[in-house]
Amino acid sequence: MIAGISIYEILTVTSFLFFIGVYGFITRKNLISILMSVELILNASVINFVIINKYLYPDVLQGVFFSIFIIAVAAAETALAISIIINLYRQISSVEVKDTEIMKY
Amino acid sequence: MDFSSFLLMRQEIILLAIIILLLIAEIFIPKNKKSSIVHFAIFLFGIHTIVGFLSINECSIFGGSFQTNNLIHFFKNVLNIGVLILLLQSADWIQEKIVAQDKGTEFFILLFSSLLGMYFMISSGDFLMFYIGLELSTLPVAALAAYETSKRISSESGIKLILSAGLASGISLFGISLLYATSGSIFFHDIIGTISASNLTILGFILFFAGLSFKISLVPFHFWTADVYEGAPISVASYLSVISKGAAAFILMILLFTIFKSLMHIWENMIYVISIATMFIGNLFALRQQNMKRFLAFSSIAQAGFILLGLISGTQLGTTTVVYFIMIYIFSNLAAFGVVQAISSKTGKENMTDYEGLYRTNPKLSLVMLLALFSLAGIPPVAGFFGKFFLFTAAASEGFYLLVFLAVVNVTISLYYYLLVVRAMFLRKGENPIPFFKNKIYMRLGLIITVIGIIVLGLYSPLYEYIYELSSIYN
Repeated sequence: MIAGISIYEILTVTSFLFFIGVYGFITRKNLISILMSVELILNASVINFVIINKYLYPDVLQGVFFSIFIIAVAAAETALAISIIINLYRQISSVEVKDTEIMKY
Repeated sequence: MDFSSFLLMRQEIILLAIIILLLIAEIFIPKNKKSSIVHFAIFLFGIHTIVGFLSINECSIFGGSFQTNNLIHFFKNVLNIGVLILLLQSADWIQEKIVAQDKGTEFFILLFSSLLGMYFMISSGDFLMFYIGLELSTLPVAALAAYETSKRISSESGIKLILSAGLASGISLFGISLLYATSGSIFFHDIIGTISASNLTILGFILFFAGLSFKISLVPFHFWTADVYEGAPISVASYLSVISKGAAAFILMILLFTIFKSLMHIWENMIYVISIATMFIGNLFALRQQNMKRFLAFSSIAQAGFILLGLISGTQLGTTTVVYFIMIYIFSNLAAFGVVQAISSKTGKENMTDYEGLYRTNPKLSLVMLLALFSLAGIPPVAGFFGKFFLFTAAASEGFYLLVFLAVVNVTISLYYYLLVVRAMFLRKGENPIPFFKNKIYMRLGLIITVIGIIVLGLYSPLYEYIYELSSIYN
């Protein structure tokens, strides 16, 4: 528990983080920025799990364990995405979305 | 819990052992004999498939986070057979293109890791195991889609897959966290008791559903499908379209029929709308495709819409028909992808116009393609008809007559574009048709198994009754 801060404030923050991530995923034009938006979404759920565990169900640590697994999987996902982006950069010397698209409709 | 209870995870352990054996083999096989790894991998996986048919006890271990029963075990066997056919079909391609770049072992390891993820996903008993299984089944496939590192189009499909998969799993996780907030547990058997139709639960459920429908490529989340299928190597595209989609549809069905059963009045409406949209958009976009891989991608989107018809009924009949349809769909789609694979690896041609006059030069291949397309379209003598017919029965028995009518309209639309390919192969002469070629033994074996599956599965009714018996637990 954090003194003076209720669960509502923290859940508001995580909801904002989530929707900033979704908005960024849709509007960003750079592959790295899109990846960062995905990380924002994942981090929003990590904070959600920890906070819900701490405030609502403090006797069993299910949410905390879940958040550790999310962090590990997110790291694997980022590593893979970055390696694919590097491979793409070697071929077209750009990480902009508009340069990568050759398949449409 | 004693040591022997680990044996209940027999299939997972054997598959893990195969992965480790392949790693060791990669070290000890000398450089000039690397192509033997293909035979080794197919041999090991063949044994795994056969051993999988031994029966298993119904159980749940690790405090309920891993559970298995006869239906799940049966479905794992179906997935095994699908992957075995896929390995047979892509063996030549791997030997010629991938082993030459010294990347053969990694291909099998990634493919099997993804299958291992699917095992854990479909027999998960809590959301943590489910999430890890989902990610383990998605990430290796993204690496496989970008596997032809010298081709730009392959990298593009890989980055599209991994970014959309990341978004989908993130949304799904946020949904799971909201479900955890309302029910206080991530275990399915705890959630069943506490779930109620409060607003937060419904929001969590919708977000969770969105993440899973990405994997099945239902309509608002289908944009990655065609691009990824076109850019990825054909065996990876066919893996995505049959195995990955089948496993995701299966676990979605189990979750809807068990933990979200009390929200049925809500997800019924959702699935109703999504099913109609998926069928129409998949079919209408398939009409204008020229590339065979894109064509099959949109056709597989439309087939996912038909699967939802079985889900919406929410009964034992629905469970049976969904499993039965997925099984038939695996065989039919693998046959179609197998022919595309054979032609593409020999000649590099992937467009529909290249298939003109195929019957004159390669009659056997075009007959396999004909059977596969008839089965996908649902024309009576082959298995696809029975699969679709039973799905429609399941939906109609719960009174969704309008939905069944729209589905029948969609079958008619789909018949048109499937027959476009048939017309190109059989009726058109073509200026420079694909010359005659002979397939190697693995490819021939893979195609023969699919053809037997397409013909026999529809006519052999004890199989349907067997699945019906197994699915009595999800009533």
